[in-house]
Parts: sequence; C-alpha cells; structure tokens
Amino acid sequence: MTTEALSPSASRVVEGPRGAKPKRLTISRIGVYAFLVLAALFFLMPLWVMVVTSLKGMPEIQMRNLFAWPSELTFEPWIKAWDTACTGRDCNGLKPGFWNSIKITAVGTFFSIVIAAMNGYALSFWRYKGANILFGLLLFGAFVPYQVVIYPLILGFRQVGLFGTFPAIIIVHVIFGMPILTLLFRNFFVSLPPELFKAARVDGAGFWQIFFQIMLPMSVPITIVAVILQVTGIWNDFLFGTVFAGRENMPMTVQLNNIVQTTTGVREYNVHMAATILTAAVPLAVYFISGKWFVRGIAAGAVKG
Amino acid sequence: MILTAIGVFVVCIIYSFLLSFTSSRLFPSFDFIGFDQYERLWSTQRWLVSVNNLWIFGLLSIGSNMVVGYLLAVFMDQRIRQEDLFRSIFLYPFAMSLVITGLVWRWILDPNYGLQATVRGWGFADFSFAPLVDSNTAIYGLVVAGIWNGVGVSMAIMLAGLRGVDSEIWKAAKIDGIPTWKTYLQIVLPMMRGAILTAFILQCVGVVRVFDLVVAMTQGGPGIATQMPAIFVIQHITDRANVGLGMAAATMMLLPVVLLLGLQQFIQWRANQKRMNS
Amino acid sequence: MKKFAVVAAMATAFLGSTAVYAADVEVIHWWTSGGEQAAVSVFADEFDALGEDKWVDTAIALGENARAATMQRVLGGDPPGAAQFNPGRQYEELIAAGLLLDLTPLAEAEGWDEIVRPDVIAEPCHIDGKWWCVPVNIHSEAWMWASIPAFKKAGVDLPTSVSDLVAKAPKLQEAGLIPYAQGGESWQLNAAFGGIIIAELGIEQRDQLLRDHNQDIANSPEFTKVFETFRELKKYSDPGSPGRNWNDTTNLVLTDQAGVQIMGDWARGEFGVAGKKPGVDYACLPLDSANPFVTTGGDIFLFFKQDDPAVEAAQLKLASTMISPRVQALFNVAKGSMPVRDDVDMSLADDCMKLGLEILKDPANVVTSANNWLSNDTTGQMQDLIAEFWANDDMPIADAQKRYAEILATAD
Repeated sequence: MTTEALSPSASRVVEGPRGAKPKRLTISRIGVYAFLVLAALFFLMPLWVMVVTSLKGMPEIQMRNLFAWPSELTFEPWIKAWDTACTGRDCNGLKPGFWNSIKITAVGTFFSIVIAAMNGYALSFWRYKGANILFGLLLFGAFVPYQVVIYPLILGFRQVGLFGTFPAIIIVHVIFGMPILTLLFRNFFVSLPPELFKAARVDGAGFWQIFFQIMLPMSVPITIVAVILQVTGIWNDFLFGTVFAGRENMPMTVQLNNIVQTTTGVREYNVHMAATILTAAVPLAVYFISGKWFVRGIAAGAVKG
Repeated sequence: MILTAIGVFVVCIIYSFLLSFTSSRLFPSFDFIGFDQYERLWSTQRWLVSVNNLWIFGLLSIGSNMVVGYLLAVFMDQRIRQEDLFRSIFLYPFAMSLVITGLVWRWILDPNYGLQATVRGWGFADFSFAPLVDSNTAIYGLVVAGIWNGVGVSMAIMLAGLRGVDSEIWKAAKIDGIPTWKTYLQIVLPMMRGAILTAFILQCVGVVRVFDLVVAMTQGGPGIATQMPAIFVIQHITDRANVGLGMAAATMMLLPVVLLLGLQQFIQWRANQKRMNS
Repeated sequence: MKKFAVVAAMATAFLGSTAVYAADVEVIHWWTSGGEQAAVSVFADEFDALGEDKWVDTAIALGENARAATMQRVLGGDPPGAAQFNPGRQYEELIAAGLLLDLTPLAEAEGWDEIVRPDVIAEPCHIDGKWWCVPVNIHSEAWMWASIPAFKKAGVDLPTSVSDLVAKAPKLQEAGLIPYAQGGESWQLNAAFGGIIIAELGIEQRDQLLRDHNQDIANSPEFTKVFETFRELKKYSDPGSPGRNWNDTTNLVLTDQAGVQIMGDWARGEFGVAGKKPGVDYACLPLDSANPFVTTGGDIFLFFKQDDPAVEAAQLKLASTMISPRVQALFNVAKGSMPVRDDVDMSLADDCMKLGLEILKDPANVVTSANNWLSNDTTGQMQDLIAEFWANDDMPIADAQKRYAEILATAD
C-alpha cells in the first residue's frame, strides 16, 4: 500500500475521465449537474460568507443578513485585522504572525525536504532484513497522535536549551514531517529503473555524486509534491506553534486564534473573518497556483496509508 | 537522520507510557502507582464523553466523507464540463487550516446573527438550525465543519482510484448490459480497495488528532459536550497539573492508531501470503 | 544569553550596584477585556516610566489558557519574567521546585506583613515566612450586576437575592429581555455556582463543604437547593450563552438587553470603560442582601528566577511597583477590584467599590476563596461537572450532587 500513491493511478487524475460516455442533455445529465452544483454551493457558501462579512461594518452584521452583499462597503476590518487588532497591549494585528509563518514555513520546508530526500535516497538501496520494521515505524511515526509525544518533547528541548526558540519549532516540523516525506521520496527512488544507478556506477560515480547529479534532477516532480505538502502542513499548524515556537516566533494561526478569542464587548465578526481570510491566503494561493499538483500532493499524502 | 527521528518518537512514547503509571503532577516523577490513573481516567465523566464524541465524530465524519466523496467522484467521472472548476471548489477547504474552518463555521452557526437568524429574517420564523448551542447537537455542528473540510480529499483520492480502473472493465460491463450505477457499485468499487483504504486511513488519523477544530469552534462546550481526548491531554499536562492522568489519556489515544496499523499490516501480510501461495 | 549574563555581572562589579541596566520583563497574563486592559496598562505604564526597563506584554485570553502557556514555558525551561495566577494552590509545585524568585527581602524592606490585609489575602503568597508572590487585588467573585433600565422596563424592583431574581425573571422575560445572562465558559459557570453556594448555605457550612470536604453537607437537601436554583437560572438564560466570554456577557447587561449577570467585581471595569454610572445605569447587588459577603479571590503575580541579574533587579522593581499605594489605587479603580492594602487613597472609588470595602470591614463577611483549598485538578473537575450540569437539562440533580460529593471525597 505504501507504493500505491505513486503508482500511475495517483497521477492519472490529470488524464481524461472514463465514466459513461457523454450523451445528449438527458434527465440524468441534468441530475448530475444539479447534484454537482448543489454540492458546489455548499462548499462555496462559507467562503462567500467570509468575504461579505469581512467587508461589512458591525451594525450591518447585526442586521442578520449572513449572505447579503454589504450595502456599505468597508475595508476597515481588513486594515484592523492586518495592522491594529489587539491581543492585550500588543496592537499589531496579524502582520508579525504572517512574517513569522513565512520564516517558519520557508526554513522548515527546506530542511525537511532536503533531509527527507537524502533519507529516501539512502533507504531506497536498503532492501534487506529489517526494512519492513523500519517502514512500519515510519508509518507509525506518521500516525502518532501528537499529544502522546508533546510532554516529553518539551522536556527534551529544555535539556538542550532550545525550548521556545526558532530552531525548536523548525526541528519539530522537520521531525514530524520526516516519516511521511521519507516514505514519499523512498517510494519515488525505488520506482526509478535500477539500470540508471548501475550505469552511473560503472562510470565511476560515487554515492553522493549519483544523488546530486542524477537522482536530484529527476526528482523535481516529487519534490514539488513534497513542497506543497509541507508548506500547507506547516503553515496550517496550530498545536506546535502554540507550544514550541515561543513568543517571538508565534505563527499566524496562533495569533489568529489569540485575536479572535480576545474580545472587548462584542465579537467583531467582520475583523475575525478578514483575519481568517488573511491567514488562509498563503495555502489558498499555493492551492490555486499549483492546481493539479496539489491534487497529486494529496494523493501522495495518501502514502500515509 | 531518519533513525534520529524514529528514535525521538520511540523514546517519547515510552517516556509518556511510563509516566502514565506514576503520580506525576506538573513535573515528571517516577513514583509508580500502578493502574490508578487509568482507573480514574475511565471513571471520569469528561473522558467518557470525550471518547464517545470521538466515536460519534469519527463515524459520522469518516462515513460521510467516504460516501459523499465517492458520490462526488462518480459524478465527476461523467465527462462533465468544467471538471477542473468543480474539483477546485470541492477541494479548496482542505487548504485551509482547521482553526480557520472552525472559526468560519462558528460564525455561520452563531444563533443570533448567523444562518438561523438570516433564514428567520427571510420569513421562516420557525427555522431552527443552531446546533452549537445545544449540548445534544453541538457535536453534529463539528461534523458539518469536518465534512466541509475533508470531503474534497476523499473525492480526489477516489477519483484517482476510479481513473485507475482498467477501461476494459467498462467495455465488458457495457456488453453484458449492466447498468452504470451497478457497475460503479458492484464492480468498480471493490476494485478500488487501495484508494478507499488510503482515504479511510487518512481520515482516521485526522479524527484521532482532532484538536484545532474544537478549540476554534466550541472550546469543548456547551458544557463538556464537544470535549475531545486531545484537549483532555493538553489541559491535564498544563493547567490542571496532572501529568500522570494526562499521559494515561495519551496512551489510550495511541491505542486506536496501533490497532489501525496492526490491521493494515495484517491485510498486507495476508495479501503477501496469498500471492506466495498462488 | 549566558554570555550576556556574564557581561552583565562583570559590569555590575565594575560600576557598582547602583548602575542602571535596561532589562525586559515579560509578563504573561489573561487580562484581555476592555476594563482589564485599562488596568494592566497602569502596571505597564507605571513600570516603564520608572526607567529603562520594559514591560513585555504577553496577553492570552482565558485564565486556563494563559496558565497553560506559563506551565509549558516552565516545563520547557524558558519561564517568563512574571506570570499571573489566582491566589491559592495553582503554583504550589513551582514553589516546591525552587523556580520562583524569593521576594522576602523586598517584602521585609517594604513591610508587606503589615500592610497587606486581610490575612487571607497575604497567606497564599506568604508561606512559611517567605514571600513568593505579590497579591495585587481583592476580587469578590460573586456579585449580581443588574441593568437598572432593564428592571424599570419590566416594571419590577431590583432583586435582593438570587431566589428573588428567579421570582422576578418571568417579568423580565415578558418584557422581551434576557432575565439572566450567563457566559458559557466552565470557569464562569463554576464561579456563579460557587457564589450561589455561599448565598444558600451560609459561610460556615460552605467552608465545611469546600475546605473540610464534609460529606454530610455535600449530600444535604440544602445543597440540593443550590443545584435547583442554578437550573432555574438556566431556564432564564439565552441561547447565545455557550462559549461566550464573560465580558461579552457583561455587555448584554451594559446595553440593557439582559437583567442580571452573576460575575466577579472585575465586571465593573467594563461598565467603567463604557462610561456607565453605578446607581443610575447599573447596580451591584450582593447575592444575598440580608447577609452580604465578599470573597477573597483575586490575582497574584509570581516571578521566575532568571539568570540575568539585570532582569532580577527589574523583576523586584516591578513587584514593588505593583504593590505601591499609588499604583494600587489607579490599578484597582480601573480593574474594579479592591486594593490589598488599607493606606490607599480611594477617593476615586465608585459606589460599588465603596460597598465592597464596607462589607470587607467586618471579618464575618469575608469568605475565603476556594482556590486556597482546592488544587487546580479538583477545581477543574468541578468546572467540568458544573458546566455539564448547566448545559445538559436532562442531567438529574441527584446525579450531579452525588458526583460533586465524590469529587470532594477524592480531592487531594
């Protein structure tokens, strides 16, 4: 099952459909479209609500018109969410969190992918006894509920004096991203024809030389998938951010939650919705830009199984 | 490298497991007290509610995600126009974090200004849809949000699975005069075991870990109606200062994961056996 | 960090101890509502004004979340300079582990033994002759905050007790008002419930229940009455209650949408920020006017040991600032709480605060906060139970009472 995701089936999403042949506009065709459109409306509704709410003033929100386009357009909530929303005496909005998240995501993604690629490469040659146990453990690592390891991990970081620092949050993301990413790369390298490696060997190329000159250039597609997976994963993380990042490196999701939970009298839903859109902007952008790659990334995430 | 990572997992898990048999409060202490923490855990109402919630949330959200995901995949497979557009629409919520999912749905389900109030404003004075304010229904509010976030993934994986099915099968079914829906249900579905299992396990992992969604949406309320094991653990290792109990709970959370993996290994092992025998 | 400490230490030796170094003191607290922000700003601004040292603000909404953050930082070996707790047993392990800065020399120099009153406020910080924290205020955890216009609109007098409120609630309901506004977080529910316990059982019996874990009282019909009253109140609350913050709930009273909220006197900070006047716009009423009481809850700050002597000096300066008479007056007026010392100019106090201070004068009216006796583990179990009881109308009262008794029986 571990190889399933990278088998051709996963990437075949991009190919044409194979269902029943299209016919003229029959009743069943109308039914198909009706179902899809209704489903699409359900999925779009929250996004619509977020956008219109974020453009309304508070009085209009209290008029109980969840879906209505604002009668008086205002960008005030956006400015407030980004720049001046408060938690306690800090009134800097989401922007420090945004830059923190950018830093954490960039550095965390880079290290986890470099390390996972090397691991996967090395492991792709390891087909001896014990390999099964190792993969079992890797799978296990991809599954472990974080709550089980958090307490000892905090104590561990205390031992090395890194708790609440930038390296700490990077290390946590690298460790927790490792099992799945390693599996991803290992399965990719295994699927390459072994002749490639043998030929290079004959030419006198070393282990690392082969990795950098032959394997790495070939693994661009899988790397893109891994990047998408890690970027969205790290950006959307909440739990590790609250525990390990420390005050100075607080990621955007944590700051978002702080801002939303801090209220002075009434819940400013317009500011909250503007803040959620801002926080979702990066993964959404990754999603829309990467398009079909994103689907592959998810199918690859299925390596977890 | 990878060994380090595995080492961290193994050491941490063993450490947590050991602490669950101690009377540790805020700091770790190795004063072993046997199964006392487990006894207390399973007589704690909040834990029982949490476990129960995990089951309800898990069964409903995984079930719906699988069924609806498959349905959507099948409908998407009908050579429809704008397939890419539809796929984007079904899948985009997955790009959003669970914190955001929780906040959005909390706002939509707000009893005073949200969906309920709006529909009432349209003239349906008796319309009632505010699951989050009632302790009997709040968990279903979470399920709705979970479905919104997760269906797209199942759909994508199963669509990939559908497209992976040999096209000869379709021709054969057509020749035999089997209706399309029957082909999907009785012939194609069993052939997609891999994709289904993948989607299923992916959903399971998400469910055991569910934390962000509840924190953002209900904070475990009303009352303790939407508490989840993950919140129980985090709260007990910090503010409640009862690490022993928290670790006992964490160990219990590990159990379904071990079982699930065991099941998966078993299926794989049996498949291998079969292959060898034939 | 270590290097800096060494440099700082060398500099100290070089320049003598009077030299001033800028140090940051990070303070974790959960004061995020409007009134609370005004109050915490008094501390921060007064401290910053003293010199180069800076107050670094880490505000986390909701006490349990803020304490959780502090505890995580402690476990990770990176504690903040100072952290807010409720007085009582929440930090007993931190003292035992030797993580806290000993404030005894400062306290002795300033005579805290003499000035902090009543004793029950000093005790949680003054343990075995040593001072481990700074009490900053006295909060009575249970008042009825009533909207005067709301009761006028309903055509009834202000309630004199909780049961009187229940009796008058239907009138408020008929007038289209929320008779009883309750926030949905479990600590709020437990606090309101705790207030009703005192009002119904009286101080003596209540102490035996929560301090001595007296099972007879826990199973008595009088205690059943507390649960019954609480369930009555539920009937008169609104559907927006689940998950609602206390200050958003106060806002309902403040805007005359609701009749009464049972909440600590920190609610007054919200009325103050909104420019509302006691006696005109709102009233603060004891839960039982016949036998008024104040509880001695409140807030304390503890200071974690740091490597850097400059930070330590700044921490002591902050501790001293927090308890100084001028800051006590400004802070407590903004916060709605009572100062921990008597020699404070309270001319700024409003009628509500004066009423509290009046009740406080008679030791027989002073109720010890339950936090002094119960660990957070126990309090947490109570919160879970009371929150469940409130949210679940089908839960039999007898079951709830039995479980309450069991929690007390097994309390550590």
